[in-house]
Amino acid sequence: MAAVMMAAATIAIGVEVDPVVLEAQQARIEAIRRATPAAVSIFAGESGGGSGVLLTRDGFAATNFHVVQSAGPAVTCGLADGRLYDAVLVGIDPTGDLAVVRLLGRDDFPVAEMADSDRVQVGDECFAIGNPFLLGTDLQPSVSAGIVSGVHRYQFPAGTILEYTDCIQVDAAINPGNSGGGLFDAAGRLIGINGRASFEKRGRVNVGAGYAISANQVRNFLGGLRSGRLCDHATLGARVATAVDGRVVVSDILESSDAWRRGLRYDDEIVSLAGRPVRTVNAFKNVLGILPAGWQVPLVIRRDGRRQDLLVRLHGVHSPAKLAALAGGDAGDEPRAGGDEPKVPAAVREVYERRAGFANHHFNVVERDRVAAGLAAVRDSLPDGPWVMEGRLAAGGEFRIELSDATASIDLPTGTSTLAVDDEFDRQPLPPGSGGLLPALVLWRRLVVEGPAAVGQTIFWGTAPRQPATFAAGASADLVDVLESAVAGVVARCGVDASGRVVWIDLWTSPDGDPCELRLTWPVGDAAGGMPASIDASCGGEPFATLLLDAAAAVESPR
Amino acid sequence: MIAKMPLCAAAIVALLAVRIGSAADAPSPQLVAATAARSVVKIYGAGGVRGLEAYQSGIILSPDGRIATVMSTVLDSEGIDCVLDDGRRFEATLVGVDLRRELAVLSIDATDLPAAVPAEERAAAGTRVLAVSNLFGVAVGDERASVQRGVIATVVPLEARRGAADAPYTGTVYVLDFTTNNPGSPGGAVVDSRGRLLGMIGKELRSSAGGIWLNYALPMDEVLAGCEAIAAGGGSPPLVAAAPPFDLGLLGIVLVPDLLDRTPPFVEAVLPGSAATRAGLASDDLLIAVGGRAVGSRTAAERAVGAIPAGDPVQLSVIRDGTVVDCDLGPRPAAAERSTPQEAAP
Repeated sequence: MAAVMMAAATIAIGVEVDPVVLEAQQARIEAIRRATPAAVSIFAGESGGGSGVLLTRDGFAATNFHVVQSAGPAVTCGLADGRLYDAVLVGIDPTGDLAVVRLLGRDDFPVAEMADSDRVQVGDECFAIGNPFLLGTDLQPSVSAGIVSGVHRYQFPAGTILEYTDCIQVDAAINPGNSGGGLFDAAGRLIGINGRASFEKRGRVNVGAGYAISANQVRNFLGGLRSGRLCDHATLGARVATAVDGRVVVSDILESSDAWRRGLRYDDEIVSLAGRPVRTVNAFKNVLGILPAGWQVPLVIRRDGRRQDLLVRLHGVHSPAKLAALAGGDAGDEPRAGGDEPKVPAAVREVYERRAGFANHHFNVVERDRVAAGLAAVRDSLPDGPWVMEGRLAAGGEFRIELSDATASIDLPTGTSTLAVDDEFDRQPLPPGSGGLLPALVLWRRLVVEGPAAVGQTIFWGTAPRQPATFAAGASADLVDVLESAVAGVVARCGVDASGRVVWIDLWTSPDGDPCELRLTWPVGDAAGGMPASIDASCGGEPFATLLLDAAAAVESPR
Repeated sequence: MIAKMPLCAAAIVALLAVRIGSAADAPSPQLVAATAARSVVKIYGAGGVRGLEAYQSGIILSPDGRIATVMSTVLDSEGIDCVLDDGRRFEATLVGVDLRRELAVLSIDATDLPAAVPAEERAAAGTRVLAVSNLFGVAVGDERASVQRGVIATVVPLEARRGAADAPYTGTVYVLDFTTNNPGSPGGAVVDSRGRLLGMIGKELRSSAGGIWLNYALPMDEVLAGCEAIAAGGGSPPLVAAAPPFDLGLLGIVLVPDLLDRTPPFVEAVLPGSAATRAGLASDDLLIAVGGRAVGSRTAAERAVGAIPAGDPVQLSVIRDGTVVDCDLGPRPAAAERSTPQEAAP
């Protein structure tokens, strides 16, 4: 004790420390203090455990898929406040090694602030907070500091999954058990989820090369993860390779892919994807890897020296059956008839529901109801009875649309189309050439008027770009909620913005064909309600019609 | 409290009365990292099997394409490729090697390259450094080399071994307090907080004393001295040095003469009284695995046996009359214990 005091006194009087050093130290202490409360120590019983990080006040936390892979529907989570919380599995992304769990029992959890991970630079200070070697039995997380060693790194899949694309490489110690924990910047903001490290002959311990899934990738998948669905990653349906002159060119392409139908061909040079320049094969894999299956994103190519802008829809990497198998255990199985779910602990029974294709269907209902509430808010400002929309076409001529509970019709200069609402829609992709404009409008009205729960099989699909044509991957990516409805023989996805307005509808009358794509533009300034200013309809990249609505026609028979 | 301080503390005060940190006018670590990485190249050559990577790092020493790296089996290739920080790929010529320092100098046909600026003096223990290298081959093409941060822990002579052999270099090294000597890292740069090149990350070696993997770098004065020796023609071809220090003869095994590209490792003869005889090896056995790892040629077999550390068990698998026979030859003797002299051979 005397020796300790002596040393302290010595430092106090003997060393002149540059104020810059002291400030840096104080800043680091502050950053760690800021980040630590959101750190989660995950204990998954016999299957081990890992780390996590809280993202929302109501307890949604990110972790790695491989941390919860064998844990079943429930894990136990500890926070630095010294308390243990029951947590339930919400959603998984096996390919991207992400998962979301929800901690139960509070609505005021401490959360991490997410930063723009594309701004991270090599040489930046960073620190990892987690539960290495499951040391956090006292629930106090471990902190390891370092610098960013590399950005936009590509790490090949381990087996068929756990591909780390566009990841952040750090020399902060990432050890077994750190998986799923947060990587923070010098200000204590979340820039990634630690999940992988290079191990070699020194054994499974840190050797100065750890990898974190970028926060911006997490953003893209968060909607899907919160939907409880088994999330999948994206493929263009094409392979790329480096040409002799260094260009990245299409070396193989599936003719069944959307990219092929949009015009992508062998030897086309890839210039950019989702707003990110592509100069190497890895850069292509990096941007593809941060995008969920099903998103529609811009693809810029160059052919014969001429630049072309395409809008492509990304396919899933895995079939639903394969994804369910990757999800592990029996997560994808239907519950046995009449049987209880003996493996679901009592603590999470009310927030867990098994269903094929889902990690936890309960949260899909929760999210669908949330979107439904937004749609319901808009419904009050819309006509109670039939919806009548009139106006002119951008290409000339006039149109009239009438949507009622029983029938729907559209008058165009080219003719009139009518369908009965209780018909099968897949036989009526009306008007001809639209791919299904009329059924899409019917579906829109039904979702708003009846609510998603009443329309066929409607699930919360996740999130997707509000404006696919101008989408650019990054922290400021503008995403909207997406509902997916299987109804009357068609499948449709509807983008719904935060105010409850439907901003786009894609409707497929056959699973392998091109959907009818509606893009709804809403009047600026009008908080909610009314009718859109215009509806743009296209199919297979071919514009069908742009409908400019008369403002006065918005309300025919007000409630 | 200060008044009550014992007298002996005064001496400590004097020792500690230094100014810690003078970072105010130093360039940002981001800038230092980016600048240092421009002078580091990714080198690709021979290898690709487990424990023998086909890639390493190098440092650009002159704008006209002189590159320093470590001497290794990666360079034992007809085509050595160097990929610059900007993604440009060049085929390199091996100018020469320094066997003692295990250095090599390569040359690429380029001009106006961003050469590293060596520090003029040796650094002292406690110096904060960045290590920039082709760590684990993570970065490819124009992706920037990996950057790690740490401190020079001490500056001491190297006492190390690789496999069974003592490392030939016993001069001074910077011992680093962070894990720098990983696959792909050897040949990488260690720079100070101003970006001055202090040293080159050395080959993956274990401490002679404890067997632990070392994290170290060759000081720049040694690197430059080695490069000058090579330029002056002091080097010698790497194949001489690559000969394994421990051979099958020590176990009493004579393989068929190495006449083909990939001579199958048939046993020609087994020396009487040797470990091989005791283990039941016989002539005409075909050696297929060493320590459970397949060997497809005489060269591979010699290399695999040569890599077994002294004292580790020697386990050979052979095919005899169409069946696999495992032979345990006991612990590997040290090179000095050539218990079965060659002259005893028939």
